[in-house]
This record gives sequence, C-alpha cells and structure tokens, in this order.
Amino acid sequence: MKMRTTLGAALLATTGWATMAAAQTELSMWYHGAGNPQEAEVLNHIVADFNASQSDWNVVVESFPQESYNDSVVAAALAGNLPDIIDVDGPVMPNWAWSGYLQPLQIDESTIENFLPGPKGYWDGELYSIGLWDAAVALVTRQSILDDLGLRTPTLEEPWTLEEFNAALDAAKESGNFEYALDLGMAWTGEWYPYSFSPFLQSFGGDLVDRDTYQTAEGVLNGEEAMAFGDWWQGLFANDLAPGTSQDPAARETGFQDGKYAFSWNGNWAAMNIMNTFEDTVFLPAPDFGNGPKIGAASWQFGVSSASEHPDGASAFIEFALQDEYLAAFSNAIGLIPPTTSSAQMTENYQDGGPMAVFYDLTEAQAMVRPVTPGYVVQAKVFEKALADIANGADVADTLDAAVDEINADIERNAGYGHTE
Amino acid sequence: MASKLTTSNRAGWGFALPGFGLIALFIVIPFFFAFYLSLTNQRLISPNPTEFVGLSNYENLLSIGVLTLEPERDDAGTIIRDDDGLPEYPRVRSFTRNNPDFPQYAGMQEWFRWQSGDTAKVVVATDVVFWKSLWNTVKFVLVVAPVQAGLALCLALLINQRLRGINVYRAIYFMPVVVSIVVVSLLWRFLYSPDSGLLNNMLQGLTFGIFEPRDWLGNPDTALGSIMAMSIWQAVGFHMVIWLAGLQTISPMLYEAASIEGASKWQTFRYVTWPGLRNTAVLVLIVITMQAFALFAQIDVMTNGGPLDSTTTLVFQTVERGYGKQDISGGATISVILFLLVLTISLIQRFLTRER
Repeated sequence: MKMRTTLGAALLATTGWATMAAAQTELSMWYHGAGNPQEAEVLNHIVADFNASQSDWNVVVESFPQESYNDSVVAAALAGNLPDIIDVDGPVMPNWAWSGYLQPLQIDESTIENFLPGPKGYWDGELYSIGLWDAAVALVTRQSILDDLGLRTPTLEEPWTLEEFNAALDAAKESGNFEYALDLGMAWTGEWYPYSFSPFLQSFGGDLVDRDTYQTAEGVLNGEEAMAFGDWWQGLFANDLAPGTSQDPAARETGFQDGKYAFSWNGNWAAMNIMNTFEDTVFLPAPDFGNGPKIGAASWQFGVSSASEHPDGASAFIEFALQDEYLAAFSNAIGLIPPTTSSAQMTENYQDGGPMAVFYDLTEAQAMVRPVTPGYVVQAKVFEKALADIANGADVADTLDAAVDEINADIERNAGYGHTE
Repeated sequence: MASKLTTSNRAGWGFALPGFGLIALFIVIPFFFAFYLSLTNQRLISPNPTEFVGLSNYENLLSIGVLTLEPERDDAGTIIRDDDGLPEYPRVRSFTRNNPDFPQYAGMQEWFRWQSGDTAKVVVATDVVFWKSLWNTVKFVLVVAPVQAGLALCLALLINQRLRGINVYRAIYFMPVVVSIVVVSLLWRFLYSPDSGLLNNMLQGLTFGIFEPRDWLGNPDTALGSIMAMSIWQAVGFHMVIWLAGLQTISPMLYEAASIEGASKWQTFRYVTWPGLRNTAVLVLIVITMQAFALFAQIDVMTNGGPLDSTTTLVFQTVERGYGKQDISGGATISVILFLLVLTISLIQRFLTRER
C-alpha cells in the first residue's frame, strides 16, 4: 500500500513537472565563454533565476570557445540553425545586423538610459544588442617607476601629451632598467590590434574609415594625421622602445610583472594579476596625441537572432539579465567593467575607491566605439596587417595607401554596406 | 564496344561507388563550385544578391605592370642624388594614385624594383600580396621538394639495416608525422623564440657566445627559411617510410649479385638501389610537391603570413580572404589558380619521369 502511494506521488510529480515544462516555451541561447567556469556560473545563475521567475520561457544555454564562436554563428546562419539568443562582439554587431542574423531588441529604452555608451549596440537607429559589461585599456605602470624616472603622473583631466609620452618612453629606455620601455601586446594578434591601437590613430586625428559616410577611407587612413601616426608607430619599433610582432606571448602575459617593461598597454581583465604583484600599480589614462585621449569601447553583448520565433521571450530574458545584481556578479566574477554607476557601486573592484574604479572613469571619459559599420570586420583585418607591416619597417605611406585601397574596394564590392544618407 | 568496365561488372562498380562518391562530393563538385564562385562577387555573408562579374576577380589578382621611373632632376637638369650617391626617384604613389595621366597604373602597388642605368624599373601589381604569396609558395616548393625527398631517402637507407633496436629509430623518425601539425608548429614557435628560444641558446652555447641571438620568425630574411626547415623535419618521416617500402621491394638477390661482381657501396646504390626505386621516387616527388603547395597550418600558427608578407602563401591567402575577409569569390579565385598551377606541375613531372 505504501509502495503504491509513493509510486503515485512520483507519477504525479513527474506529470506535474512535465506539464509545467511543456507550458514553458524553450529558448535556445549561444554564448562565447566555454572553458571559463566563473563566467559560466554567473550566466547559469541568471538563466536559472529567469526560468524560475516566470512560467512562459525556459532558456537553455550552449557555450562555445571564443576562438570558434563567430565561425559557429556564421555557419549556423548559413545553414539556418541560429538559436534565439546569441551574444555578439560589439564591433561585429553591425555586420550581423546588416546580414540579417539579428533583429532589433524589444527592450524599453528607459531600462538602459543609465548605461555607459559602449555596451549599447545601435545600428541603423535601432538597438540590436546590449552588453552586461564593458572593457577598458590603460597604460599600466608602477608609481615607483614614475618616481624613478622623474615623470609627472598624468590624470584624466591632464593626460600626457605626445611629447610627454615620448619623453617618458625615452627616459625608461635610457634608464637601462628594462628590456623595452613599452609593452604594447603585439603578441596578441587579432582583434586586439584594432581594439587597442586604433584609438591611437583616432587620437592623432585619423580613423579606419570616414565616419560621416562610411563609404571611403581615403584621406582618413592615409591623410596627414594618419601618416603622422604611422611614423610615430614605426618609431616605437625602430628605436627599440617596444617589442615587435614576434613578441613571445608568455612575455606579454608576465613580462611587466617580471620587470621587463616600464609600461604596459593592457586591459582591465589583466589588472587583477598585476595589482597582486605590485602594490604600487597605477593605471594611467591614454595619452592625448592631439585630438583628445581615446580608448576603445564595446565588448561582448546580447542580441536576438532573426531566426527566433519568440523575440518577445528572448528580449524578456535580456532585459531580465540587465539587473544591477547580475551586472555586478559578472564584474565580480571576471573583472569586467559594470555598465552602470549603480551596479559599479555593488562590485568589489569598481565601487568608489575600489582598486579598479579608475577603469570605470577611463571608459566614461575616453571610450570611443570602433566604426559602426558592417564593413568593420574587413577593416579591422586590413588595419591589423597595416600596423604589423609598419611595425616591421614597411613604408608608412605605401602601406596606408594599400590599406585604403583594400578597404575602399571592399566597400564598393558590398554596395556601400547599406549605409543610407 | 563493350569493355571490361561496362559488362557484368556490377560488383566492381558497387565497390568503387563509395570511393567515387566521396571524391565527387568533396573534391570534384567543390572544384566546379569554386570555379563558378570565382566568376561572381559572392560574399561569405551578405544580404546583397550574388552577381556575375565575369573575369574581374582574375583581373584584380593578376594585373601586373612595369613602371619606369626617371630620376628627379634639378633645374639645371642634373640628377639629384642622396648621400650615398644614389639617384632619387619620385614616389610610386604619385603615379598610381589619383594620376589621370597613368590610368593603367591606377590602384597598383610596388612589388619590387631594379635599377637599369639611372632609371628604376618598378614592378607594380594590383594585388601585390597575391604575387608575394605565389612567389613564397614557389620558393617553398623548390626548396622543400628536393631536400625533403633527399633527406627522407638518406634516413630510409640508414634504417634499412638489421640492427638491434632499429625499430626504436624508425619510431623516433616517424614520430613528428603522427603529432598534429598545429602542435608541432606551436612547439617550434617556442624553439625559434627570440628571447629564450632553444635554438638561439643552443647556437650560443655551441659557439661559446659568439652567435648573436636572432629573431628567426620576426625577420623577413629568415622567417620563410625557418618554416621550411621545420616543415622538412616534420614530414620527412612519412616519406622515409615510403622510401623504406620501396627499398624493401628490391630483391636481395640483386645485392648478392652486385657484391659477387665486386661492386662498391656507391656502385650498388647507383646501379641497383636507385633504378629499383624509380616508381617510389616519382610518387614521393609528386606527393611532396602537392603537400608543399598546400602549405597553410604552419603559417597560420607561426607567423600569420608576416613579417612583411615574407611567409604568406596561396592557401593562407585563400583562407584569409574567403573566411577572414568574407570574400568567398576572391578566395575561390586563388584556389582555382592554385589548382591549375599544381595540375600543370604534376603533369610536367609525370612527363619528365615517364617510362622511356
């Protein structure tokens, strides 16, 4: 008898569970962070909270390694197998939106009005993606190095000028204490180049493409300002101030901590390790090369795929994830910059007086998004190669001309990438 | 007209079907597809419709010209020379950019130049990177094919002996073939590292510190050579095994006869071993040539085509353009050209090594 009741209860429970699950429509989601347990934990926590908070939708996450994530999405789009929710790297978003992989988010804009500009992904006047965090880059050094070299500590209000920056590098080189004055991270090929170095170009007054029309790079990537940038860039390597394209990746990871470099141009994700090594670590703002100090903005963001039959549910999940507690959780887990002041106050590192609060201020003051155009995907590759070639001693004018030609030919082949006046 | 192939040979066709089917599906059809794509402006992803563009992809890749530069002269008509006494020339970009007088050079870039008297001849091409990658690929094949085949033959001769523990050597030589090329490339990147690479350290140790450490992969002069050396080492074991199989088909009686006749070691090799290896040699040479033309993984892992395009290759450019820059038609065009190139060379090799 007892046996029967237990069985009955179990049956009841399973059917109950089954009907409940059936009532929830399943939403699939792809994420780029496979292999990072902390990141997965936060995301799974948000998903579990969302699934429990309402009875309409049930989000299921599938994670991919970052290196193959974009390829997987492109392949899935070609095969017509996109999930409902995808995450997308900020500068790539316009390409996917233009190609028709994404549809605009159905999110009340008032929810994101306090967000930093970087995490908001607009294309063609519509919000296609929104990030739960941003990233920032700073010139990492130690107070003791600045003091030894007799250098002024630059501030957000008064960053180093080009002359001051050059003088600082020369001083570091002449001190003889370092293998190289500046570690730019040339070992990190790929998106790091356009992400972290194109702001130098923009600070000089050039750009990857003319942002008024997005139809040409002529005069922007090979104008006087860009040539000046190119000459300066080449000088860094010709004068042995910075390790070149063959920098050992291991030296990039730990070289600054080992005392090989006086300055390191590095992202907030590397900040924790450095701070743990040196107590007097300081994060300096980007120098002003003449056109205002600049750093790159926009990191990974969430969007809804065009294949989704339930964009309302997908948007509901994304909106749910935008709560301050989750923004703070991501930041605490992997050191990313929370996108709102209120969430920043909830984190260990970014609250007022927190060890990395400076990155929040940097993002707020200096961040500039990469060109918002579907052609960015190609422009980034062309720019990366041009920078590597110039660093290796190629003629500056010829290299930038070649880059301009390639970018313009690509824009033309793509019928202007859908930019309308 | 019924031949063996068509009469009551259903079983034969049945057995051949899986092989034929797979080859057709993954090699023949993709080739025709690539040829079709190379005539269009197909993008990897794009909302724009695909259009036929005729041969313009080929034109963009292959356009090449020679520009003659007269040295700069001052008002008196004497040539302006720099500190080294070399004449100064106007910049190539003054001819190739926005110059209506030279429409044939519009959009071209300098590939290389040479002097003839006081004028400079500059070879300009629309797609310099393509020409550089073609030249790099050819250099790679020209060095790797004979060196790898020769080295593999030497190793095969060495291990074709009945010695105790010879299998250990066979296994050691063959090991790099079994390891993934990506792993091997990563390891060699460490060996070649300019900071603390094994190669630099070893050379310094052997020369008692006289040797200056080099940036093997970061210097345009040594990068391709470094990749050649590594590639030869990596695949030599595979061809060694093919040579070894060839060696073991040569009848021992021939060697006995040769030793009775009093042939020296060299004579035995020259008149017994080498003629016996004829077919193996043809196979090894063609296989190495084809593999060398397909050079990709080492480049992708070790140099990404740099520095200054000194290691970029045709297959690397195909992938870089087709996938990286989303230009499928451009990638397809290069692969069609590569196919025709390899086909021509294989046919020439077949002709030169034919049975006479």
